[in-house]
Amino acid sequence: MATAPATLPRPHSFAQRLRAGDSIAYTITFAASATIILITGLLAYYLWTGSALTRQRFGWNFIFTSTWDPVAGQFGALPFIYGTLVTSFLALLIAVPTGLGAAIFLAELAPRRLSDALTFMIELLAAVPSVIYGLLGIFLLVPLLQSKVVPALQAVFGFLPIFSGTFHGVSLFSAGLVLAIMIVPFIISVSREILLAVPNDQREAALALGATKWESTWKVVVPYAMRGILGSVFLALARALGETMAVTMVIGNTPRIQASLLSPGYSIAAVIANEFTEATNDFYLQALVELGLVLFALTVVLNGLARLLILTTGGGVKRR
Amino acid sequence: MTIKKPIWILAAALSLAACSSGPQQILINGGGATFPYPMYSKWFDEYHKLFPNVQINYQSQGSGFGVKQVTEGTVTFGASDQPMTDEQIAEFRQKRNTNILHFPTVLGADVPTYNVPGVSTDLNFTPEALAGIFLGKITKWNDKAITSANAGVKLPSSEIVVVHRSDGSGTSYIWTDYLSKVSDEWKTKVGKGTSVNWPVGLGGKGNEGVSGQIKQTPNSIGYVELIYAVQNKMTYGKVRNRSGAFVKADLMSVTAAAAGVEMPDDFRVSITDPTGPDAYPIASFTWLLIPEEIQDKQKMNVMRDFLKWMLGPGQGMTVELLYAPLPQPVVTKEQAAIAKIH
Amino acid sequence: MTLSFRRRAVNAVMLTLTGLCTVFVAGILFVILGYLAWNGARSLSIDFFTKLPVPIGQTGGGMANAIVGSAKVLLVALLMGVPIGFLGGVYLAEFGQSAFSSVVRYVTDLLNGVPSIVIGIFAYAVVVKQIGFSTLAGGFALGIMMIPIALRTTEEFLRAVPVSLREGSMALGASKTRTIFAIVIPAAKSGILSGLMLNLARVAGETAPLLFTSFGSPYWSYGWLQPTATLPVMIYTYAISPYEDWHRQAWAAGFVLLTLVLAVNVAARFAIGRSASHR
Repeated sequence: MATAPATLPRPHSFAQRLRAGDSIAYTITFAASATIILITGLLAYYLWTGSALTRQRFGWNFIFTSTWDPVAGQFGALPFIYGTLVTSFLALLIAVPTGLGAAIFLAELAPRRLSDALTFMIELLAAVPSVIYGLLGIFLLVPLLQSKVVPALQAVFGFLPIFSGTFHGVSLFSAGLVLAIMIVPFIISVSREILLAVPNDQREAALALGATKWESTWKVVVPYAMRGILGSVFLALARALGETMAVTMVIGNTPRIQASLLSPGYSIAAVIANEFTEATNDFYLQALVELGLVLFALTVVLNGLARLLILTTGGGVKRR
Repeated sequence: MTIKKPIWILAAALSLAACSSGPQQILINGGGATFPYPMYSKWFDEYHKLFPNVQINYQSQGSGFGVKQVTEGTVTFGASDQPMTDEQIAEFRQKRNTNILHFPTVLGADVPTYNVPGVSTDLNFTPEALAGIFLGKITKWNDKAITSANAGVKLPSSEIVVVHRSDGSGTSYIWTDYLSKVSDEWKTKVGKGTSVNWPVGLGGKGNEGVSGQIKQTPNSIGYVELIYAVQNKMTYGKVRNRSGAFVKADLMSVTAAAAGVEMPDDFRVSITDPTGPDAYPIASFTWLLIPEEIQDKQKMNVMRDFLKWMLGPGQGMTVELLYAPLPQPVVTKEQAAIAKIH
Repeated sequence: MTLSFRRRAVNAVMLTLTGLCTVFVAGILFVILGYLAWNGARSLSIDFFTKLPVPIGQTGGGMANAIVGSAKVLLVALLMGVPIGFLGGVYLAEFGQSAFSSVVRYVTDLLNGVPSIVIGIFAYAVVVKQIGFSTLAGGFALGIMMIPIALRTTEEFLRAVPVSLREGSMALGASKTRTIFAIVIPAAKSGILSGLMLNLARVAGETAPLLFTSFGSPYWSYGWLQPTATLPVMIYTYAISPYEDWHRQAWAAGFVLLTLVLAVNVAARFAIGRSASHR
């Protein structure tokens, strides 16, 4: 569960009371903390040095060209970046309204007991392993999309380029849907806590002025919690970008950029999963490590943003 | 610390269980080609039954995996449907300080397999039609290039869905090696390799992934190793060979493809698009990649013994899995080469 | 005060929609559970728990080695990730007021967000290249993934221990170290342990980093330096295969994995809820 740090008051008097023996506990726990920084540092260092060859050879072209041709030694990551972004944004497009709606219901409307029970179930959904989403994606979602959903969708919206072309089951669309289901629990559980932390006087003031329940929620409570909610969206986005197994199983593994959501695509994480152990020359391998570096960099940026937003949410977030 | 107690007990129990049950087990790890996986899976299982203390763990992750991981030394042996290139061999020498040996094990074939609703007969494919489909130039099932070779079969006007391998694969190598030989355009635009820049299509991981994908996708065509098509009851087509005959892949036609081959001393040879009148044109040997020097002598001996067994009784098991056994001259030549492993 | 009809209508419609969103998301859980239970339970047999996988083409066999393999990989992960995360958490909760501790917090959040596939690349470079595909390498990868959550839960539950307890202990003349290990940690024990279980359940389903590290094997894996089969990787390979019998086994494995993961989640969350309400 992604939660902001607790903000209980610190027992400040202790710092002055270090005695003999205390320094041992301090040293050990300090060393453990330093190890975490060391591991993360090594990880970043390896991703950086492990991709030196391709970074030098291709520079920024690595990110902005779209030919991925291991035979010719041409490596452009754009199709993977495109697939990753399209599926993630599609997932957000579905998950943010749904998640926010559910969070509003759970925080503002539902009686506490019902809300807790439902939240409990939704948090269980977040615990379902990615490979299981992939399994259900292949055998339940894709056939369903193929036989029912997409034909209906194309009958109505077929004229739009994003819904054009033949549908093969595995596609950007399927991957986006699976991702949406995977991230919606995060958005709900974080947003709900943030909404619950909004002081009651805000609501009461709005209601006293004659606002309806919805108006007080949408025009007062939600804007008050906006930064925190945005933070939860960034966290969800970070998760969607790096998601591997479920996406690999339903995206179609095709490194091309096509406008239609119904066409197959590829994501950064999926290409690493498929090709990392079999990159037969150093160049190829380094190109894959550089993809890892791109993912890592995205993570750093998104986490930074999310942290900034959640931490600066007015009043801070209290745990139940 | 009391918290950790149950964990330590668990650890002790597990490590006891892990150690006590291993009476001088020899485990050899290998991996690579999925093309011969059903055969290897059977061989290693049979060999384990003969010598219960020997376990050969083979993971089919693609030929690219076999070449890469044997070079890195993370596995004892690799397997590939594409002989290693000169550069790869040079890299191996430099990294491992020894030579790499190729041992052909069986012959197999790539077949064009498809899932076209309403079509249950074997379709005929000309080399031009296959190249056109995989280049993305032939996009409908009722294109003349396909219908002209299939008089009497009613083909739909549906769009063709091409399925190819997403991982580095010897099956892809054989397929692209063949297409490069029959189509100049393919040769210049795409080339041959375990993973190429496919002009069209969906990717599936492994022969398993591609067959799975084709079964799930109407109007699709892909290429898989013969046995995957047969085992999964998928329909696959005949391919026109150099003498102009449409030949279906089977033991006879694959053996015929290898019949005329001049085997070089390092066993690296391509037999796609052969000349024989009965030969199936998209066939290949598949190889085990074994370092000349294996540090662990116990493992070295197992590797040698296994190769001897594979070239003897092992060859007798190939037919039931639809792989063609090696021609006798190749077997003799390999038996002599085993002594190089030290 | 009278409200216009439009405002009342918007109010009713939107509130209903939020309810529908909730029902929809919660419903997904039941679809997943139901579908897996239906397909999985049908495919499950005693063989699944006791037999080894059989070569391709033969039917039957089970995933006994993958179940044990998963347990061993998790054990390594636990021994590697939890002590670091736990001690780091103690540091942040008890000594953490410096600039260094905010760096630790930030880096931990970062590590928590690193995609598991990237951790897999790292584990391959650091461990597999040295000792080969092995249980240890898989455990290393999952262990790194356990660190951030172990740290966060430890810190959170230690901080929730009332200040009066610490002050009481110190007033009686106990050193800070003694206070932490004899008073504060035991008081937070059940919370920390529950957090640990949740953490384990989370990495138990991880597949991506294991593809490059623990590899796979059709045999029992002895010791810690051999490749091993694990449940999540088996589900992946079996699910994308074309064999009906492998699909059947993938469902069975998925069902077993999901049941274990959810059971641990439910138990741990109840434990946390109970200890929280006791305070």
